[in-house]
Amino acid sequence: MASPQPRIGVISYPGSQDDRDALWALAALDAEAVPVWHEETELPDLDAVVLPGGFSYGDYLRCGAIARFSPATAAVVEFADAGGLVLGICNGFQVLCEAGLLPGVLLRNESLRFVCRDVPLVVERDDLPFTSRCAQGQAIVIPVKHGDGRWFGPPELVRELDANRQVVLRYGELCNGSVDDVAGICNERGNVFGLMPHPEHAVDPLLGSADGALILASLVDAARERALSVV
Amino acid sequence: MRATVLVRPKQGILDPQGAAVETALEHLGFSVSGARVGKVVDLEVDASTADDARAQVEKMCEQLLANPLMESYEVEIHG
Repeated sequence: MASPQPRIGVISYPGSQDDRDALWALAALDAEAVPVWHEETELPDLDAVVLPGGFSYGDYLRCGAIARFSPATAAVVEFADAGGLVLGICNGFQVLCEAGLLPGVLLRNESLRFVCRDVPLVVERDDLPFTSRCAQGQAIVIPVKHGDGRWFGPPELVRELDANRQVVLRYGELCNGSVDDVAGICNERGNVFGLMPHPEHAVDPLLGSADGALILASLVDAARERALSVV
Repeated sequence: MRATVLVRPKQGILDPQGAAVETALEHLGFSVSGARVGKVVDLEVDASTADDARAQVEKMCEQLLANPLMESYEVEIHG
């Protein structure tokens, strides 16, 4: 039997910008990319979900604060609680933090400037469904584009994340003032991952880097395994 | 009932907006320190007593208006 195409959903909120890029990148990496509208109260049959970048609900109040209450987010929380794979990119990361699926919060960049450039990153873990194609300690380059990307957590939370090895990606140079250069974190269970850099913008060397494909193809691999185990 | 919510960056949280405002004020010749930038939310609550209104607004703060990791809040009920 040919290996099935895993079905990976991408949520579109009002104000999402990178939903189409995420759909395109996932399809290019041989997944069946499924658009999911924010008003859906139930997710279609999916092997993984991506919350894309952008400015959901205009970033009003706080980034991700309103998107957290959209019907699709409630369905994503349920999906994650059941062990489903959830990836949040940029604004999607902010939504996951606001929704309580990931710890901490993302604050205005220390520089007050919108940062839009390729940044070097260090992969801290390669044993996750999101990083299996990476090697621990590997240096990769993926672009960021955000004004509110400074991850913050109180010292006791930072200690807890270190102890649980929940920091998955760190910036290799000063980017936005994140505590301990945190660029991406996962939940304790390891099935939810959020990062500020945009892997979907780096899946082809023509775009300057194809390192984002390491993250997304890892997710596609893991989603395919799940699709196979269900069939 | 009219209510005002003041949302502030918590003590100890780096507030670059406050720092930028402080620098700008200094450029204008004012001698200032400790500037912090927060938010004000004014709203009309459907409540018969001030206590009820306060209880409702506190819940709103916990659930949406403030993120306890980074913000503190203060509720004023105007009657």
